Amino acid sequence: MKRVVITGMGIYSCIGTNLEEVRESLFTGKSGIGIDPKRTEYGYRSPLTGIVPQPDLREALNRRQRICLPEEGEYAYMATEEALKDAGIGMDYLEKHETGILYGNDSSSKAVIESHETCLEKKDTTLMGSRAIFQSMNSTVTMNLSTIYKLRGINFTISAACASGSHSIGLGAMFIRLGLQDMIVCGGAQETNYLSMASFDGLSAFSIRIDEPQKASRPFDKGRDGLVPSGGAATVILEEYEHAVKRGARIYAEVVGYGFSSNGVHISQPSNEGSALAMTRALQDANLKPSDIDYINAHATSTVLGDSYEAMAIDEVFGMHRTPVSSTKGMTGHECWMAGSSEVVYTLIMMQNSFMAPNINLEEPDDFSKKMNIIAKTTDKKLGICLSNSFGFGGTNSALILKKL
Amino acid sequence: MNRTQIIETINNFLIEDIEVAPEALKENAFLKEDLGIDSLDFVDIVVVVEQNFGFKIKPEEMAKVKTLLQFYDYIEGKLKANN
Repeated sequence: MKRVVITGMGIYSCIGTNLEEVRESLFTGKSGIGIDPKRTEYGYRSPLTGIVPQPDLREALNRRQRICLPEEGEYAYMATEEALKDAGIGMDYLEKHETGILYGNDSSSKAVIESHETCLEKKDTTLMGSRAIFQSMNSTVTMNLSTIYKLRGINFTISAACASGSHSIGLGAMFIRLGLQDMIVCGGAQETNYLSMASFDGLSAFSIRIDEPQKASRPFDKGRDGLVPSGGAATVILEEYEHAVKRGARIYAEVVGYGFSSNGVHISQPSNEGSALAMTRALQDANLKPSDIDYINAHATSTVLGDSYEAMAIDEVFGMHRTPVSSTKGMTGHECWMAGSSEVVYTLIMMQNSFMAPNINLEEPDDFSKKMNIIAKTTDKKLGICLSNSFGFGGTNSALILKKL
Repeated sequence: MNRTQIIETINNFLIEDIEVAPEALKENAFLKEDLGIDSLDFVDIVVVVEQNFGFKIKPEEMAKVKTLLQFYDYIEGKLKANN
């Protein structure tokens, strides 16, 4: 089996639109949550969301490239530009070497809804224009980025709800381990427009702590009242170890473990058994013991059920070792399809800068949270091996283990 | 709308919406070869014609339009027929 390393990363999120801004936010515990008035107008129960600026791509891309990109595709382009630059990869390299793309995305609502509205008004599908089909498919990010970057390797989208971004990295690592690819662009993207989250809001799953947006996302806290939706995109460049060494690339970490499982129970409720199985499998895959893990970046989204089941699972697998845990979602909100990859980027930033980002807004742990060693304040620590959890609707679970080389 | 206005409207949307270089807009320019308008762009031209002139052009008629001059003539002819 080949070894898999991460040689580049990029991030476009509500806590910063590049690596340096995000490092600063993670270190200082800055929240990216705010109010979107359009949501109230549209009929949302909660207008809270991660505030992500729209990038201006007029200089960077030609018209065809630009108009086929939906919102999450624009975010993904920004994150991927930064990741490729960070890895020292330019168009010249991509044209000469086969590179793949596996990216997580699970909706592109705005393009679908706007096209439908056009057709209702005009009664003519042609008047949806040429961009509608390319913007509206779930695979929009991979189809756009593979065209923009002239990629000729593996190319498809992973749709696995809120574990999409994590599975994309896990699957990318599998392709490289098997010797099928030397380099794959992996990541996850999440749209943030008001059309994209309405049906999720309809489940009353979102926090309504409207008076204090930056305190609304409170993973593991007794006073939480739901998650805050958010988005953006995160990209990592996965590379075969020898390949990376040969081209003199900087190596952030090795992807040493990927564990997955499916709960097989309820469409929306998580499971401690499924979550624990994903973590245990990741440890087995990495040939590591629970005591080897220096830090866990939890999935915890700030919902009572989700946080409690994850706390039970972490306690079951790591309890006796008091492994430090934090959920960065207190700052970012729930970045959904993107979260599994952005949280790998956040974890890599922590590993690179020797600190653990705080689980902000944790004021009073509940009975389940109490059992864990939750990092509520930024803590300096050299991090050698870290685990990142991601769980999604339908009971899909993914755990990734990263090791600093 | 007279012919000058029609030409101005078409040139404007070709520059603004289809992002054709202004200096390339010559009457004898071929839409595909010289202006770089591909099959997907033709779909968007259907949209902007509808927005600017209020009628829908037919793809089979548009297939016969090769140059910018023919495009001006085609739109002018359609507008006259509609009136």
